Amino acid sequence: MTVYEGKNVITLDVNGSKRDVTVRPSDILLDVLRRELNLTGPKPGCENGDCGACTVLIDGWPVKSCLMLAVEAVGHAVTTVEGLKDTPIQKAFVDNWAFQCGYCTSGFLMVCHALANIHPNPEEYVIEDWLQANICRCTSYAEIRDAVRQALEAY
Amino acid sequence: MIPFDFVYYKPDTLQEAVDAYRDAYARGLKPLYYGGGTEIISMGRVNSIRTGAVIDTKDIPECGALSVGNDMIVIGAGVTLSRIHESGCFQLLGHAVGRIADHTTQCKITLGGNICGTIHYRESVLPLLIADSTVILYGPEGFREVPIRDVFDRRIKLNHGEMIAQVLVDKIYASLPYVHVKKAPIEKIGYPLVTVCALKQNGRISAAFSGICPFPFRSREMEEALNDNSLTDVKKAAAALKCLPAQPLADESAGGDYRKFILHNTLMQTLETLGAVS
Repeated sequence: MTVYEGKNVITLDVNGSKRDVTVRPSDILLDVLRRELNLTGPKPGCENGDCGACTVLIDGWPVKSCLMLAVEAVGHAVTTVEGLKDTPIQKAFVDNWAFQCGYCTSGFLMVCHALANIHPNPEEYVIEDWLQANICRCTSYAEIRDAVRQALEAY
Repeated sequence: MIPFDFVYYKPDTLQEAVDAYRDAYARGLKPLYYGGGTEIISMGRVNSIRTGAVIDTKDIPECGALSVGNDMIVIGAGVTLSRIHESGCFQLLGHAVGRIADHTTQCKITLGGNICGTIHYRESVLPLLIADSTVILYGPEGFREVPIRDVFDRRIKLNHGEMIAQVLVDKIYASLPYVHVKKAPIEKIGYPLVTVCALKQNGRISAAFSGICPFPFRSREMEEALNDNSLTDVKKAAAALKCLPAQPLADESAGGDYRKFILHNTLMQTLETLGAVS
C-alpha cells in the first residue's frame, strides 16, 4: 500500500519524461503541472470540472486536471498540450480557424486527439458527445467540428 | 486548491483498504473511501466537505474488474463510467452513465463513487435498482453480498468502514427492452429535471427515477400503477405520480409542478415505447 502524508516527492510521467515534484496529497494535478512543472498548456477556467480548459490525457483518456489529485497520477502517463507537438489536430485547428481567444483551445485539442486515437472513425454523435465536455465562450464550435473532421482523416 | 491537508492511502487489496480506514478513523481523520474523487475534490475545494484521509480504491483488483460471464455481469466499484459505457456490457446502464456530467468527467467518475455520492441524482443507481442487482461489500467483518434494494434506500447505507467492491447484474437484464430518458434544463449536459429508467420483463414494467425527488429511487407503488392494465396510459401515468415517495424537488432549475409535468410526459413516452414490445 502506498501512503502519502505531508509533503512528498513523487515522480510523474509527463509527456514522456519522468519529472520529480514535491506535492501535498491534496494538491490538484492542474496546479502542480502549471506551478511546479511550468506546463501552462492546461488552463485554469472554472476549476470545477465544467469548462474543460484544463483537460489532459491520462493513459490516453481525457481527464479534467482540476478534478484529479497530483498523487493519483503517479504510475500513469500524463500528456498535456505541450506533448502534442506536430500532431494533426494542431494543424487542423489552424487550418480551420478553430479558435478565437484560444483559452479553451488546449482542452479541445486534448479531447480531439484522444478521440482520434480511441475512435478513429467516430459516428457524428460520438464526436458531439466527447466535445460537449468543453466550453468555448467565443463560440467557435462549427470550426472546431470542421477541424475534428479534418484531423480524423490524418490520424 | 483544496484548503486542507489529508493523508492519501492507495491500498492494493480490500483488506488493506479496510485496515487503512480503521487506522485513519482511530487517528480521528474522518476517512473517506475515494473512487474518481470528483465530488470530494469539488466539494473539498469549497469546504463543503472536510476529511483528514482519503483511501483511493482504484488499484484494488476487485474494484477494477469488468467482465461478462455466463450468467452475471461483474462491475467493480472503481470502474469509470466511460469504461462501462464503452464496454457495452449492460446498455441501459451504459446509457444512464453516459449522461452523467460530461464525457471527459465520465473518464474519472467511478461507479462506486456515483452510487455513494451525496448529490441528489446518482443516476447510475437507477438501472441497478430495476435490474435487481447484487452489491458485494467489504468491511471489517469481511465480504457481504446483498441485493441493492436492501442497502440503497434514498442513499447507500453501509456499515462503519464498509465499502462497495463490486456490483453484479444478472445477464438476462442486459437483453430486456428498456427506456432511458433524461430531461435536462438545457441541452444534454446538466443535472436532470427528470430521469426515467425502465425495463420490461415478462410483460411487466420496472422503473426507477432521479431528479423528480431529492434522491434516486425505485417505487413499487409507482410500478403497480404503471402496470395496472385496467387503466389507460394517461391514467397510469397520473396514478404513478400520486405515489411519489416525497415532495417533488423544487430548486432554481425547476419547480415541483413543472418536474411533475415533465415526468408525466416522460412516463407516457415510456409506456408507449415499452407497450409496443412484448
